Amino acid sequence: MELLISSGVGVLVASGVYLVLRARTFPVIVGLALLSYAVNLLIFGMGRLVIDRPPILSLHLDAYTDPLPQALVLTAIVIAFGMTALIVVIILRSFLETGSDHVDGDEEGRLTELDERSGR
Amino acid sequence: MSNIIALPIVLPSLMAAVMVLAMRHDLVLQRIFGIASVSVVLAVAIYILTRAANGEVMVYELGAWPAPFGIVLAIDRLAAMMLLLTSVVALLVLVYASAGDDTRGRHFHALFQFQLMGLNGAFLTGDIFNLFVFFEVLLIASYGLMLHGVGPRRLRAGTHYVVVNLVGSTLFLFAVAFIYGVTGTLNMADLAVKVADVPAGDQAILQLGALLLLVVFGVKAALVPLHFWLPATYASTSPPVAALFAIMTKVGAYAIIRVYISIFGAGAGDAAWVAAPWLLPAALVTLVLGMVGVLAARSLRWMICFSVIGSMGMLFVAIGIFDPVATAAGLYYLLHSTLIAAALFLLVDQIALRRGQTDDRLELAPVPAQGDLLAGLFFIGAIAFCGLPPLSGFIGKLLILDAVQLDPRWPWIWALVLATSLLAITAFSRAGSLVFWKSRTVAVEDPKDAEAEPPSGPAPARPVPLSVVALFLLGTVLLTAFAAPIGRYVDATAAQLHDPVDYIEAVLGVATLAPTEEVAE
Repeated sequence: MELLISSGVGVLVASGVYLVLRARTFPVIVGLALLSYAVNLLIFGMGRLVIDRPPILSLHLDAYTDPLPQALVLTAIVIAFGMTALIVVIILRSFLETGSDHVDGDEEGRLTELDERSGR
Repeated sequence: MSNIIALPIVLPSLMAAVMVLAMRHDLVLQRIFGIASVSVVLAVAIYILTRAANGEVMVYELGAWPAPFGIVLAIDRLAAMMLLLTSVVALLVLVYASAGDDTRGRHFHALFQFQLMGLNGAFLTGDIFNLFVFFEVLLIASYGLMLHGVGPRRLRAGTHYVVVNLVGSTLFLFAVAFIYGVTGTLNMADLAVKVADVPAGDQAILQLGALLLLVVFGVKAALVPLHFWLPATYASTSPPVAALFAIMTKVGAYAIIRVYISIFGAGAGDAAWVAAPWLLPAALVTLVLGMVGVLAARSLRWMICFSVIGSMGMLFVAIGIFDPVATAAGLYYLLHSTLIAAALFLLVDQIALRRGQTDDRLELAPVPAQGDLLAGLFFIGAIAFCGLPPLSGFIGKLLILDAVQLDPRWPWIWALVLATSLLAITAFSRAGSLVFWKSRTVAVEDPKDAEAEPPSGPAPARPVPLSVVALFLLGTVLLTAFAAPIGRYVDATAAQLHDPVDYIEAVLGVATLAPTEEVAE
C-alpha cells in the first residue's frame, strides 16, 4: 500500500506540474486540481497508513489511526474547492473580456505591445 | 482579558458579513462602519502592544482546547508590532479609498474587512496549519480586491497572481504535511521544542519541509527568483489596494522570521538555521534586482513596485544574518519600508491623477496641479525610501549596515547595499526632476491646455488623499523622532524571537497539566 500511495502522489504531482506549466487556462485549472489531490493524499499518508482502526485514542484499544490528518485533509479539500471555483470564474471573466484562453490573456502579445507603447 | 486578542480577527469578519448582508446598497454606511471597525482594531492593537511591550505573551486557546491539541492565538512582541502596523496602514488606506476609489466596483469594504481578518489572523495564530488557513483567507480577499474595478490588464495580472499563489498554497500544504509527518505537531511552540528531537533518519524530510516553507514564504515576500508576480500585480491594481498590499509582502517576512528564527533557530538541533545558506544570497539578489528595476522602470508605479522588491531584499539581508542585533535592525526597517511603500503608492496615484493622459509614465507632460505640494511630498518620500538622512530609511539602513559587520561577508553586503542605494537615489531624482522640473518647460508652452483639460479621473485637488499621504510620511518622521524607544522595542523583540522560552512557556505551560488529568480519568 505504501508503494501505491507514494507512486500515486508522485504521478499526480508530475502531471499537475506539467499541466500548470501549459499556456492555456483549462490545463492550468486541471493541473492545480491534480496538485491538490496529490497533497491531500500526502497529508493522509503522513498520519501513517493504518487500516481498520478508529480515529479515537482510547484506553481499550491497542491501536488507532491519527485523526488529525483527516481533519487537515478535510480543510484542504474545502479550501481547494473554493479556490478552484474562484479561479474558474476569474479565468472565465478573462476569456470573455479578452477573447482568448491564453494565460497571458492574448496570443499575439497585443496587451504586451500596448504596454510597451504606454511605457509600462 | 486575554480573550481580547481574538477581537482583531473576529470583529472584521463579523463586520464583513454584516456589510455584505445588511448594507450592500449603502456606500456611506459601509465607509462609516469600515473605518469604525478598523479604528477599534487599532485601539485594541495599541492596548495589546502596551502589554506585549512588557514581555508578556498573551495566549488565547480557541474552544478552550489546551495548546498542542487545540489551536492557539498567541501574541508576543513581534505579533503585537505587526498587528499595530497593519491597523495603522489599513486605517489610513481605508480613509484614502473612501475618498472615491471604493466606488469603482462593489463590495470593496467587505473585501477589505476580510483582508484585514486574514492579515491579523496570520500574525496572531500560533499554529502552522492555521497560518495556512489565514493565508488563504487573506489571499482570497486579496484576489477580490486586486480585481476590484476590472480591466483586461488587471485581469491578466490577476490570473497570474492567483495561479502563482494557488501553487504556493499547495506547496505550503506539502511542507506542512512533511513537518507533521516527522514531528507529529503543528503548534509553533510545540514545534520549536520537538524539531530538536527529530532523529537523524528523519532530518531529510524535516529539512525538506522547512525549505519548501521557505519557498512558499518567499513567494509571498517576493524574494527573487519568486518575485515575478509582484510588479504587474501591484502596478495594475487600484492604488489603495497596492498600498494595503505593502503589508502583504511583510506577511511573508513575518512568517520567515517566526519560522526560521524561533522554530528552526539555535535550539533546533541538526535542523538549526536551516534557511541560513539560502536566505542571504537570495536577499542580496533581490536587493540588486529590485533597485535595478527601480532605475529601469518607465513609469512611476513600476518604480514603486520594484522599490518594494528592493526593500524586501534589504529587509532579508538583515534577517538573513540570523543574529539578534541584525534581526532588530531588520524589524525597524520593516516598519519603515511598509509605511514608505504605502505612502509612495498613494502619492504616485495622486500625481498620475493630475497628469491626465500622460498618467504615471515618465515622460514630459505639464506639471501636475498642486505641483509644488506634490513635489515636496515626493521629495520627502524619496529621501525616506533611498535612505538619505535625516529620515527613517537612513536610520534603518545604518542599523542594518552596522549589524552586518558581525558577519564575515560584510564587505560584499556593504558594497551591494551602498551601490543599490545609489541606484535608488539616481532613479528617484531622475523621476522627480522629470515630473516636476523638466516639465515646467512644457507647461509654459501650453498653460491653458493644462488647466482646461482636467484629468479623466475624479476631480483633482482633493485634500483627503493628500493628507493621508502626508500622514504616512509623518509616520516615517515619527519613526525617526522616536527611533530610540522603537529601537529598544525591536531589540527586545529580536531577543524574544531568538530565545523563544517565554513564548513556548506561555503557549504550552498551561497545557502540560491538561493531558495528565485526562489520562488519570
